[in-house]
Amino acid sequence: MNAPDNARSWNQEARRRAERLSRSARWRRGKEVAAADMVSFLEAVLAPGDRVCLEGNNQKQADFLAASLAACSPQHVHDLHLVQSVLALPEHMELFEKGIARRLDFSFSGPQSHRLARLVQARAIEIGAIHTYLELFGRYFIDLTPHVCLIAAQAADAAGNLYLGPNTEDTPVIVEATAFKSGLVIAQVNERCDTLPRVDVPADWVDCFVVAPSPNHIEPLFTRDPAHITEIQVLMAMMALKGIYAEYGVERLNHGIGFDTAAIELLLPTYGEQLGLKGRVARHWALNPHPTLIPAIEAGFVERVHSFGSEVGMEAYVAARPDVFFTGPDGSLRSNRAFCQTAGLYACDLFIGSTLQMDLVGNSSTATLGRITGFGGAPNMGSDARGRRHASPPWLKAGRERSGGDICIRGQKLVVQMVETWQEPHHPTFVERLDAWQLQQDMDMALPPIMIYGDDVSHVVTEEGIANLLLCRTPEERAQAIRGVAGYTPVGRARDRRLVENLRDRGVIRRPEDLGIDVRDATRDLLAARSIKDLVRASGGLYQPPKQFRNW
Amino acid sequence: MTRPRSYREATARRRVAGLLDAGTFTEWVGPGARATSPHLAALGAPVSFDDGVVVGEGRLAGERVVVIAQEGLFNGGAVGEVHGAKIRGAFERACAEPPRAVVFCIDSGGVRLHEANAGLLAISEIMRAQFAAQSAGIPVWALVGGACGAFGGMGIVARLCDAVVMSEEGRLGLSGPEVIETVKGVEEFDARDRALVWRVTGGKIRRTLGEATHLVEDDLTAFREAVAALLSSRQGPVPFTLETLQAAQAGLEGRAARDAAVRDGQVLWDRLGLDDAALMETAQFNRRLQELS
Amino acid sequence: MESFDLELPAQAPGIAPADAALFGVVSSGNLEVLVEAGPLPDRCRFHVETTAHGFTDVWQAVLADFAAGHRVGGLSFSIHDAGATPAVVSLRLAQALQSLEAS
Repeated sequence: MNAPDNARSWNQEARRRAERLSRSARWRRGKEVAAADMVSFLEAVLAPGDRVCLEGNNQKQADFLAASLAACSPQHVHDLHLVQSVLALPEHMELFEKGIARRLDFSFSGPQSHRLARLVQARAIEIGAIHTYLELFGRYFIDLTPHVCLIAAQAADAAGNLYLGPNTEDTPVIVEATAFKSGLVIAQVNERCDTLPRVDVPADWVDCFVVAPSPNHIEPLFTRDPAHITEIQVLMAMMALKGIYAEYGVERLNHGIGFDTAAIELLLPTYGEQLGLKGRVARHWALNPHPTLIPAIEAGFVERVHSFGSEVGMEAYVAARPDVFFTGPDGSLRSNRAFCQTAGLYACDLFIGSTLQMDLVGNSSTATLGRITGFGGAPNMGSDARGRRHASPPWLKAGRERSGGDICIRGQKLVVQMVETWQEPHHPTFVERLDAWQLQQDMDMALPPIMIYGDDVSHVVTEEGIANLLLCRTPEERAQAIRGVAGYTPVGRARDRRLVENLRDRGVIRRPEDLGIDVRDATRDLLAARSIKDLVRASGGLYQPPKQFRNW
Repeated sequence: MTRPRSYREATARRRVAGLLDAGTFTEWVGPGARATSPHLAALGAPVSFDDGVVVGEGRLAGERVVVIAQEGLFNGGAVGEVHGAKIRGAFERACAEPPRAVVFCIDSGGVRLHEANAGLLAISEIMRAQFAAQSAGIPVWALVGGACGAFGGMGIVARLCDAVVMSEEGRLGLSGPEVIETVKGVEEFDARDRALVWRVTGGKIRRTLGEATHLVEDDLTAFREAVAALLSSRQGPVPFTLETLQAAQAGLEGRAARDAAVRDGQVLWDRLGLDDAALMETAQFNRRLQELS
Repeated sequence: MESFDLELPAQAPGIAPADAALFGVVSSGNLEVLVEAGPLPDRCRFHVETTAHGFTDVWQAVLADFAAGHRVGGLSFSIHDAGATPAVVSLRLAQALQSLEAS
């Protein structure tokens, strides 16, 4: 065995960190940098090729830092490797168009998906990989650790302690990965306070902060106006409640963010109550504070909610319901995307969401041609956690159904896709082949961008009925079960009617009438709230909807 | 407990059914007559069997009324040639066989663009026929609580009515918010700021200004009760004389001198000490407004 | 606009309205249906005008299922459609019959 190599330096990262700080010393007063100096400061701190995490969440954006970075001279700052969960702002794309950044690892790009696809086709960007949230967060600690992170917080005190406010989102995981690997943590804050309501990030993890000229942008992404929920969505929500929630006794769950699942939330206090489901289903949630959850909370269905992020307008309501939500000593929500995704993956028995396309093995995708949207968190929650070991009645029942009732060595998560058979006249939801395959070819990707794998899906709910894929014994049965609820789409009309009737006899397919549901009862009158104003009333005036959602 | 039936969410036919005494409605030029728009058909646009308006007679609290109800979901309740002719005809029928009142459920953005000139003519014909009915002593009452509100020519028609019953969700104006933003720019009016849109055109500010005479909940029964109360008050049309016109003109001149610079209903509410008006429940708002008068 | 007529055998007689009865509204993704008495008690008739082109076969499948599952003999249905999905078509037709039977 060789003696330790005394000549080798073991603290090169710390030295590089010290160099960055000394290069930028003239711009810092204590830990504070003036907004007007931010571009010069970033030009001094950053080096070509740095891996930078620019905080872009689902809702909260480090928008001032993004704009400052985009205003840097590409002569000084170039070829950065950007790691961030969501590409939401035009500035994020400008970084690549200007050559400031070259490589990208990310999760989701909703609003910028067209522009991203064009950059890829013009070879102006190198995409490392498109991740789910948990994968990307995991890689922050393994091979994508940021040299510098640019984050958004609500407030800082003079020492540099940060208060993150209700929209904590990705910040803790980004800071953890950066601060403890000799990276630089740079925060934009909305205000400087003498005393913070609570400390979310201690000052010694923070290198500097800037008071941004305007508060960071937060998008009310999860507000669904009940006025837009259709009768068909009410019908599907009735089927899901009766045919799945009640059937399996689902107490711990995560919902997608569509109008379909908003309908379920609004049916709990009405139809759910009629079915006697209070206290039996939907008690514990991994969910953002959806305004449409208010009536179910007030009716006593919902006991606990842990959240990925917050929702604009729900601050006062959440603060007034601390038994339900996770809140700090200051009363405001404490959200955390990494933990809530983990909860959704391991601690929930059901995920229910929607999709744009589904094929005959049940693979689903939200990818459409000419857009790279990425994944976000749906695949984390919409998948059976093979590492799960604790049992629960719905998990065991689903596991028994899958194994055919014989020896059952593991349970099964309920992964439910809730879709109308047609998206619009020329877009059937059910297809023989997903657009994702074409997109893979066009964009030269390693894999087609499939959101939820078919082998994870347990149920498909459409307006025609519920297909329980756990009970299918052969690939042919599975395909016919999907065709059997695919309505009048070409895929649905190509069903083998005899086989489908056979599946119905076995309870693999259940129509509304099989569940004792009269489709004509599916009216908006069943919704516990039919407008945003109803939600405000249900909250006792605590919910303060953003102005674009008001009609009073 | 029965939940209120939303007026805003109801179709024109459901509004008529909900307003009138059960089983008393007789429709004129009903859908079976297939009086559809030739202009829409020529443009290859979908037509409707009633061209987006229901007219007829029935009883409300036992009294005979003529009812006109626009369907806001069909082309934004916009007035085309046939649609306008049905409304004009309803007023003329009212003149021939006078009812206690004409109840006009307005839900319209104004003229149907597909039928521009015919639509404009139709609006002026509606106004003329409405004046004739009012001159004959028949009061005309507007109900404004649909998603399209009462804008353009139908905004004017609403203001010609003897009473205007609105819900907070209802809107009343001349140019719609989107039109103002398009013509004058977002600095003049941000049509996406819905709270602002309602503070400028919505039921509460219209009631504050006196343009709406009643403010009710978004509930079909509340609208019916407001009309029933008007019927039992035995009011005729507002007298249409030189004196009343001059008084109205003086009122408007005073308002213009005082409020020309006001860009937001909140300013008026603040002035009246109703600073939390936007968040008040309708009953409380009505109470506070009455205390001020 | 695309239009077509369809006549189907009916399993059971329906309740024809005294006057033509209109249900639903022509708006995006929705339709109106006018129900009237038809000439033949053992048949039902459909006339469809739709903004969605190229879906006649889907319409025929939807209407055939509807006619097979309801009491529609002697009824005539005239539909103005603005791009309703088959699910909405089926629901509106069922609601129209329900209203007629209730009245």
